[in-house]
Amino acid sequence: MEFYRSHVLVCGGTGCHSSGSADVMSTFQTELEKNKLEKEVKLVQTGCFGLCAVGPVVIVYPEGAFYSKVKKEDVPRIVSEHLLKGRMVTDLLYHDRVHEDNAVKSLDQVEFYKKQKRMALRNCGLIDPENIKEYIAFDGYQALAKVLTKMTPDETIQVIKASGLRGRGGAGFPTGLKWEFTARAKSDRKYVCCNADEGDPGAFMDRSLLEGDPHSVLEAMAIAGYAVGAGQGYIYVRAEYPIAVKRLGIAIEQARKEDLLGKNIFDTGFDFDIELRLGAGAFVCGEETALMASIEGKRGEPRPRPPFPANRGVFGKPTLLNNVETYANIPQIILKGADWFSSIGTEKSKGTKVFALAGKINNVGLIEVPMGTNLHEVIYEIGGGIKDGKKFKAVQTGGPSGGCLTEKHLDLPIDYDNLTAAGSMMGSGGMIVMDQDDCMVAVARFYLDFTVGESCGKCVPCRIGNKRLLETLTKITEGRGTMEDLSKLKSLGKVIKDTALCGLGQTSPNPVLSTLDNFYDEYVEHVTEKTCRAKQCKAMMSYFINIEACTGCHLCARNCPADAIVGEPRKPHTIIPDKCIKCGMCMSRCKFDAITII
Amino acid sequence: MKSLEELEEVRQKALDSVKLRKSRAGTRIVVGMATCGIAAGARPVLLSFLDEIKKRNLGDVIVSQTGCMGTCRLEPMVEVYRPGEEKVTYVKMTADKVKRVVTEHIANGHPVIEYTIGSAE
Repeated sequence: MEFYRSHVLVCGGTGCHSSGSADVMSTFQTELEKNKLEKEVKLVQTGCFGLCAVGPVVIVYPEGAFYSKVKKEDVPRIVSEHLLKGRMVTDLLYHDRVHEDNAVKSLDQVEFYKKQKRMALRNCGLIDPENIKEYIAFDGYQALAKVLTKMTPDETIQVIKASGLRGRGGAGFPTGLKWEFTARAKSDRKYVCCNADEGDPGAFMDRSLLEGDPHSVLEAMAIAGYAVGAGQGYIYVRAEYPIAVKRLGIAIEQARKEDLLGKNIFDTGFDFDIELRLGAGAFVCGEETALMASIEGKRGEPRPRPPFPANRGVFGKPTLLNNVETYANIPQIILKGADWFSSIGTEKSKGTKVFALAGKINNVGLIEVPMGTNLHEVIYEIGGGIKDGKKFKAVQTGGPSGGCLTEKHLDLPIDYDNLTAAGSMMGSGGMIVMDQDDCMVAVARFYLDFTVGESCGKCVPCRIGNKRLLETLTKITEGRGTMEDLSKLKSLGKVIKDTALCGLGQTSPNPVLSTLDNFYDEYVEHVTEKTCRAKQCKAMMSYFINIEACTGCHLCARNCPADAIVGEPRKPHTIIPDKCIKCGMCMSRCKFDAITII
Repeated sequence: MKSLEELEEVRQKALDSVKLRKSRAGTRIVVGMATCGIAAGARPVLLSFLDEIKKRNLGDVIVSQTGCMGTCRLEPMVEVYRPGEEKVTYVKMTADKVKRVVTEHIANGHPVIEYTIGSAE
């Protein structure tokens, strides 16, 4: 066996990949070989560490040195200084780890990680997701072994029920109860499915889990199969996650090779196998019945319930469908017990939740906090505050199905019921932070635009209702709105919520209703004064040349694609409003800062 | 794998190769790799430690480097920390001396007194 005195872990998640971690990895390989260190230093590609804002991320063990924003040009220095001579390269370390006196803080003491509790993400950043042995090293497949050899299906379900785990896909339905319903259904065949479609814009929790720890999902699905009486599992993963698809494929193959999937697992007579099904870009296929229709090869359209999937799902058979993050929690609950899990979190929301912090926040990335952590801690402590020191305006949770939380909600402990009561929802975990430069009307319009495009068209409230909502919002952002439009938005929104067939339609008015509620003044301003205080609604703004600053250099006029600027040489110029297409080219070219938006 | 025993075997073996990412317990062997150490020949000493540990399949051992410890005339120097024991400092180490240190001290818990700093005085 090789003895490696040091491990170099390079993040291979999509985030770091897009900032160049593949190059960093290959440069490490070359440098290690150049310095003849390949037998002493192990180079490993891992999953997401969570601090995506400072990627590519590299961690060197045993010291636990956390290098951030590593470029391939930095690699030779890390190899020669740290790996060869044992001196950490402090100027490349994540800045929050270095004290003023140059002493290095341990990673779990930095602001970003201090309040986090990485349970679902326990293996992300720790193991090589393409190596099943590393998953096994950290107790992988022990839970499956325990369940198959020492517990009955019913006992397994009782543990999950007692833990208080609720669905992490957004709705928060008690997981144990869902398993029980599916177990009780009588049929010759049942299925277990995993919803890895993750359609919410800005959400990447499931992506990081699948890329960083795919085996935890496989193990949990096998446990679920045993508990409910199913022998076949499907993971419905969106095709827009190629790295996740690849890693899942490798994981399934490795599990099959070790007889951890397939026939007669652990010699107990239990058969279970998993297949992948790729999504093709439809947001609605994240909805459970549409997802199942898609697995069957049909167009992704939801259907009325009852019958619920627990009784009639894929191919008409009882089906259990859970989200990726829900599954990621299962093995630990089996191994450490229901009491351990329920000791974390709030009374009705147990455990932790993974959030994807995005938007105008400093520490963009993935975090996992116990339920009950409040928004202030998430945004200002873990998140590092608003970018460029601007003022916090709102945080959108739950994607296109959720609503906005504002300053008055900052002390709110995060859990399913609190967020719903505040007019938003937990959703899958996307948190988009907005500052004073974001227009809430434009935000609502953006989400409606998304849901209208993704509507399957089956039911009238969603197909036609949302379209009318979008048209009204567009009218308002273009300065043609009326006060009547505002009350129409509210009443129409409520009707759609009550009558749409599936979750997509039922929740699509949420961003509108929530922003109307919390930012009514901004809407009124758009309608009565035709102004957008955040200067985002371009249609209502004009570009204006300040005659005092303009030198008549004619640069703007030369670059204007619409020939909308007139003026004589060396005399102040003017923009013709009717011709101006508000592209902003003139403003970007002007060397005298003479052009402003009003 | 078809049984719990097999799973456990794989786990133990695999754990040895990734443990250094998690735990800080176990034996730490720290080799002085400052300029004085490198000049005196610390690298062959380091490589010899890695070799011996690999040969004996010792688990729970971390080998790392450090800077100048001060007594440059005694380099190459190696410090050994074992849980619950006092630190032992070896001086004027060579690749050959490493073999004895690993066999007697690391594997069996008996420090090689004649190689330590105390004996060099």
